[in-house]
Amino acid sequence: MSLAQILFYLMAFIAIGSAVFVAGTKNLVRSIFMFFITLFALAGLYVLALADFVAITQIVIYVGGILVLILFAFMLSGKETLNAIGEQKSKFININKLPAMLLAGLFLIVLVNMILKVDANNLEWVKKSIVRNNMILPNSSMTEGIGINLMTQYLLPFEAISVLLMIALIGSAHLSRKGKGA
Amino acid sequence: MISLTDFLIVSAVLFCVGLYMIVSKQNAIQVLIGIELMLNAAILNLVAFSKYDRFNNGGQMFALFAIVLAAATTAVALAIILNVYKQYKTIDPGEINKLRD
Repeated sequence: MSLAQILFYLMAFIAIGSAVFVAGTKNLVRSIFMFFITLFALAGLYVLALADFVAITQIVIYVGGILVLILFAFMLSGKETLNAIGEQKSKFININKLPAMLLAGLFLIVLVNMILKVDANNLEWVKKSIVRNNMILPNSSMTEGIGINLMTQYLLPFEAISVLLMIALIGSAHLSRKGKGA
Repeated sequence: MISLTDFLIVSAVLFCVGLYMIVSKQNAIQVLIGIELMLNAAILNLVAFSKYDRFNNGGQMFALFAIVLAAATTAVALAIILNVYKQYKTIDPGEINKLRD
């Protein structure tokens, strides 16, 4: 087993373990902070998939932006949510959660079954790209390629997403302003 | 050499954890975290397959777009959650049962 594989299993274990903790814990603050760990582990997985730029973007946007937003919303939404959490029973397996667990578990079985059937390593286009030397190697630099492609091939989605971000910014500022008619 | 199937299984597990959170949680913020987990599972798939597309890198590009879209979604959703809290004094999605004031 190579070092990359060991690191992959470690990162996958951390990501899945902390995600399960996020889902299982009753304490909202703790679950938000464990979500940090999940996101960092996922960034590590992106690095192991040879996508370093995406990993950095993940850390900057998710950890720097989205989680701070979620923490703000949690703090602004007041004491009632905290009290409600304290009142809940601390049983680990709750009978009310059974349908949700059943749904998630069965969906997982379906997904894993399908993944094992697809056998992604032997897909036709994957083999073709290995033959054509179209595969990312650990020593190839990706950020250049992303920059060039962003300004040529993917220029239209790039512009569209900039307009959409502007709309979302104005919309959320409008929604959260104080006073009448909001 | 890490195989694609490993990445796909990790992302399937993360997706199902997100699904469980969306269905079972009684707090709008935790539902939002579940949505983020599902989005991250999808992004992991995009990134894993993008290893075999060096010249166009479509997978990484759309992973970046998906991250930006997730940021926009979260900002709007949190603004809506704060407004709902102002109206109802709770953010339990089960108790919010009318759209008008």
